[in-house]
Amino acid sequence: MADLLEEMAHERDASDPTIGDTEIQNYTINFGPQHPAAHGVLRMVMELDGEIVERIDCHVGLLHRGTEKLIEYKTYLQALPYFDRLDYCSPLCMEHSYVLAIEKLLDLEVPLRAQYLRVLFAELTRISNHMLNIGSHVMDVGAMTPNLWVFELREDCMNFFERVSGARMHSAWFRPGGVHQDAPLKLLADIGDWVDTRLPKLFGDAMSLVIDNRIFKQRNVDIAVVSKDDAVRWGFSGPMLRGSGIAWDLRKSQPYDVYDRMDFEVPVGTRGDCYDRFMVRVQEVYQSAKIIKQCLAEMPEGPIASLDRKVVPPKRAEMKQSMEALIHHFKLYTEGFHVPAGEVYVATESPKGEFGVYLVADGSNKPYRCKIRPTAFSHLQAMDFMTRGHMLADATAILGAIDVVFGECDR
Amino acid sequence: MASPAPKFASNDGILDTLVGALGDAVLSSKEAVGEIALTVERDSLVATLTTLRDDHDYQQLMEIAGVDYPSRPERFEVVYCLLSLTRNHRIRIQVTTDEDMPVPSVTGLWPNAGWLEREVFDMYGVLFAGNTDLRRILTDYGFKGHPQRKDFPLTGYVELRYSETEKRVAYQPVELAQDFRTFDFQSPWEGAQYVLPGDEKAPQEPGAPSEIKSKEAADAKASESEAKAPPATPKTTDNASQTGAGKATDEKAAEPVDEVDKALKSEPAAKKPAPKKPAARRKPAAKPKKEG
Repeated sequence: MADLLEEMAHERDASDPTIGDTEIQNYTINFGPQHPAAHGVLRMVMELDGEIVERIDCHVGLLHRGTEKLIEYKTYLQALPYFDRLDYCSPLCMEHSYVLAIEKLLDLEVPLRAQYLRVLFAELTRISNHMLNIGSHVMDVGAMTPNLWVFELREDCMNFFERVSGARMHSAWFRPGGVHQDAPLKLLADIGDWVDTRLPKLFGDAMSLVIDNRIFKQRNVDIAVVSKDDAVRWGFSGPMLRGSGIAWDLRKSQPYDVYDRMDFEVPVGTRGDCYDRFMVRVQEVYQSAKIIKQCLAEMPEGPIASLDRKVVPPKRAEMKQSMEALIHHFKLYTEGFHVPAGEVYVATESPKGEFGVYLVADGSNKPYRCKIRPTAFSHLQAMDFMTRGHMLADATAILGAIDVVFGECDR
Repeated sequence: MASPAPKFASNDGILDTLVGALGDAVLSSKEAVGEIALTVERDSLVATLTTLRDDHDYQQLMEIAGVDYPSRPERFEVVYCLLSLTRNHRIRIQVTTDEDMPVPSVTGLWPNAGWLEREVFDMYGVLFAGNTDLRRILTDYGFKGHPQRKDFPLTGYVELRYSETEKRVAYQPVELAQDFRTFDFQSPWEGAQYVLPGDEKAPQEPGAPSEIKSKEAADAKASESEAKAPPATPKTTDNASQTGAGKATDEKAAEPVDEVDKALKSEPAAKKPAPKKPAARRKPAAKPKKEG
């Protein structure tokens, strides 16, 4: 009745509503599964109040390929290439955790040169990964040019991977006991040149366009602030954790291979927003370059894989001369090596954070269980609480700063 | 340790401290390959993890992994990997369960446990009591079964294609174009679990003839020869079945070779190879039963 009276008195007019007259309903939209800013196949069901995000439900698993199940049916060496296909932006860092887990179970010593080579290429992978992430993050918030520049550098890294392993992306170059092939001297010299000249110049130029850019700052500063406590509770790792101001880097605190000989710094953020996470990655590129230079300077001569012939197959040339080498080669590429029963959880600092492998061996030539700890799982899960109350357009910036790749998230 | 694996803080004394602090909740504990693992009672899991988080500084839950051991009475093992940022140390906490017994959820302690528990539920069917959002996470919408269980076949049960007639994505039972191949490269002297054709005639101990075994065998032989009795049925060759000779050859074989050649030449059609039968589509030897 009251409504009717108001309407008769012309206090309410449908053509000219005042605040509170019209009822606005929350609505739900699908972000993805195919969206250029989703960095892969991510479906986010977003509940929006106008342009404000109220709730996000991430649906992952669209790229699930059953890697862990497949690994259980392969020998230890055959399972290795699956790791390249997890985080296809930083393949060698994925292999790193796996080979270290096997070596830990075998208690296998790795020659120093192999450890240096691994660290060198893990850092090159880190640069390549950050080039992709920095470039696409910048593009997600509206800048085109820097992305094209840093992709040049990524291409250079790809060429280095190709020259050392024969494959641009899926290298399968880290092997239990060392690496597959030695790096040619010319390649090492070229990497040295590249780190000294091309990388700082191109990257520095590209970043000078972005870092102090007003639009870039408006899109990233104070977006998705994560406190130290929240970052720890949500299981953050890598640049996400460091962006929140916690100086935690597995390369420093739990060094593997020859990281304990390297002199580098761990950049941390101060506010825990998207801009800090971005800047942590930018600084990490320079630190990686520093590690690469040290590796090149200090790398000793010597074997590039363990000489334990029960794990590492002999080279082809040796096979032509020695009967025993032939037998070892045949046995290792058919039956493979046996790993003593036991369980290990080995985590390394991949470019995206802590990448762990929980390996259960039963003494046979195949892993009984190989659980892969993806970095993206805990980060993406926090998407809901990080995005709450922000605008829809911020979701792409937040997602860009998470640095998520679905090959690894969905496995 | 010789391997270049990540080195965290030393394990010295930590195992004893933790076992002392957790008391009866710990069912077993071990320290192997430089890592500490505690198996705790399922019901006291939340209390245990709370103690570890608050009193022993294991601030981060990095991973929840499921493992399936079908031969055990409680077949599933759920492994919680904890990390201490301040002490720079890692431990693993394990509980066991089966298909029906729920594991208490730790989402109240760590919010990121939500997805990790969902994944274990999805892959193994382990239930988590207290997880309010226990949906599948990695598998397809409407997926049936728990793929990481050891009795779930690698090929799965259904496959997916776009049906041109129905204009939608359709599921159909898996049909393998060739048999599922598993290669057993285990050395037959070490781990073979099968009997090679012909081996049933000479039953023997599995495993390589090691030094001790050959000694045992020598002893056994010596004792056997002392008390050797003549065989129950003496070996004779009275009829063909005892000699192992086959049936007599057919008459045609007795003919001279020239005549056979002539006969073949007169029938050139007989020389042609028989028309090839279309290769029968092979089906998997034993189709796995669909599970509910």
